[in-house]
Amino acid sequence: MTGNGAATTGSTPFGCAQNVRKVFQRRDKDPLVVIDGISCEMEQGELVSFLGPSGCGKTTLLRIFAGLTEATEGTVQIRGKKVMGPQPDFGFVFQTPNLMPWRTVLDNVLFPMEILKQNGPDARRRALELLELVGLAGFEKNWPNQLSGGMQQRVSLCRAIIHKPSFLLMDEPFGALDELTRMGMNDLLLDIRKVTNVTIAFVTHSINEAVYLSDQVLVFTPRPAKIAVHLRIDFPYPRSSEIRYTPRFCDFQMSASVALGVTDGACLIRGA
Amino acid sequence: MSRQNLSKIFFPFMGMLLVIGVWQLYVVQFAVSTVVLPKPSLVLHSMVSQYWLLLSEGWVTFKECLYGFLLAMAIGIPIAVALTGSRILNLTFYPLIVATQSIPKVAVAPIILVWLGTGLESKLAVAFLVAFFPVVVDTAAGLRSTPQELLDLARALRASRLQIFMKIQFPSALPFVFSGAKVAVTLAVIGGVIGEFVGSTEGLGNLLMVANSQINSPLAWASLVALSVLGILLFGAVVLAERLLMPWVEENRHG
Repeated sequence: MTGNGAATTGSTPFGCAQNVRKVFQRRDKDPLVVIDGISCEMEQGELVSFLGPSGCGKTTLLRIFAGLTEATEGTVQIRGKKVMGPQPDFGFVFQTPNLMPWRTVLDNVLFPMEILKQNGPDARRRALELLELVGLAGFEKNWPNQLSGGMQQRVSLCRAIIHKPSFLLMDEPFGALDELTRMGMNDLLLDIRKVTNVTIAFVTHSINEAVYLSDQVLVFTPRPAKIAVHLRIDFPYPRSSEIRYTPRFCDFQMSASVALGVTDGACLIRGA
Repeated sequence: MSRQNLSKIFFPFMGMLLVIGVWQLYVVQFAVSTVVLPKPSLVLHSMVSQYWLLLSEGWVTFKECLYGFLLAMAIGIPIAVALTGSRILNLTFYPLIVATQSIPKVAVAPIILVWLGTGLESKLAVAFLVAFFPVVVDTAAGLRSTPQELLDLARALRASRLQIFMKIQFPSALPFVFSGAKVAVTLAVIGGVIGEFVGSTEGLGNLLMVANSQINSPLAWASLVALSVLGILLFGAVVLAERLLMPWVEENRHG
């Protein structure tokens, strides 16, 4: 169901990038090469993580997939079509929740439906269901600034999937949360993925999180970003937090750490 | 009323009483001439005996300032929207607006009086001129500070420009609009009084000038107190409007 394993040959993958390069022109300075030839494929329903050091260009690649930034060279395709701009059936979760403080929790979740003019009783029912799924039943009439950061990010997650997108783009969505909250959010994301079967591109700088969540982990080099190593994480779904402490999980983390140039035995410390 | 709210009234009130007490003691102790500094009790007496005069003159000034302020909001906000919406409009007119602000309004007041006469219109115009600038600048700053992510989100959903403005940009600029409005409303009072000083037959500013020329210091001070009450009332009205239009800020304050 979750498209685990090798990409099927012959049929078109859900999304792919071919030799993507991104160069930013700068005044009075040499052009800045941010992404230097990245290719990847993602199958329908897969969760693919972009893992790399800060400022390596992983967010830029996500924005290119989203159609918010144009690639200098190469193409990005979703369902066989070249991405020319952001699509209504994309969902976005950003590093900060970016809720609208003047809207209640429920109205924040319903925002995409309002713009798409599908804001009927069905949408409302679905919004309440989603809020219940993320554990925020009863908070629908609250203002966002009455919620904690983790709760706000859960609202933001509901807003991203309310219009049943086929592609969910997440830019370090749990980066600002504490470790415990983050682990809870990881499981929540896996639940959402199981319920919606949405394809997810996920930017993170947490090795543990990337390995736990993903079908594929693309480990990036420092800028300009290239793929340092490409990991296929073959733990079956549904996954639960115990796998974080298995030797195999550590092996995956070690591979990523080595590719990232982190040589402090990160997986041994994390196992404690 | 909670203990905290009560102390919010109690302590400022005590502070005011203390200042008035020191003032009264000082004047009595050093036998200061009433012309130089009237006793608070005399000012109070003047306020009570002349309350009708203060109220009717205050009403005139109140209208000048309020209308000038409202006009500044009604014209300033659309101008800020136009300036932030179009780069060309911004380049063409923003320097001009800044330049007009560098002209001291007191210096313009006599010219405006020549144009508009000594009635309500000229005071309103001066109040408008001083109040206009903060409204434009703050509203424009608010409109420019919309989070990029929200704009990306709206763009992905194919929101129209009008939807983006009405549902995202303007509401997120509201706190800025109100901080501009708070500055503007206090400036409007200054503008109105300047207008009255330069030439008028009514209003609290005029009353203050007249009382001064008659060496009626208690009445001059009473006018001053009335002016400050007027300023507080107008400011309070803006704060009230802010709380009504931005309930999410208020509820958070309590919760």
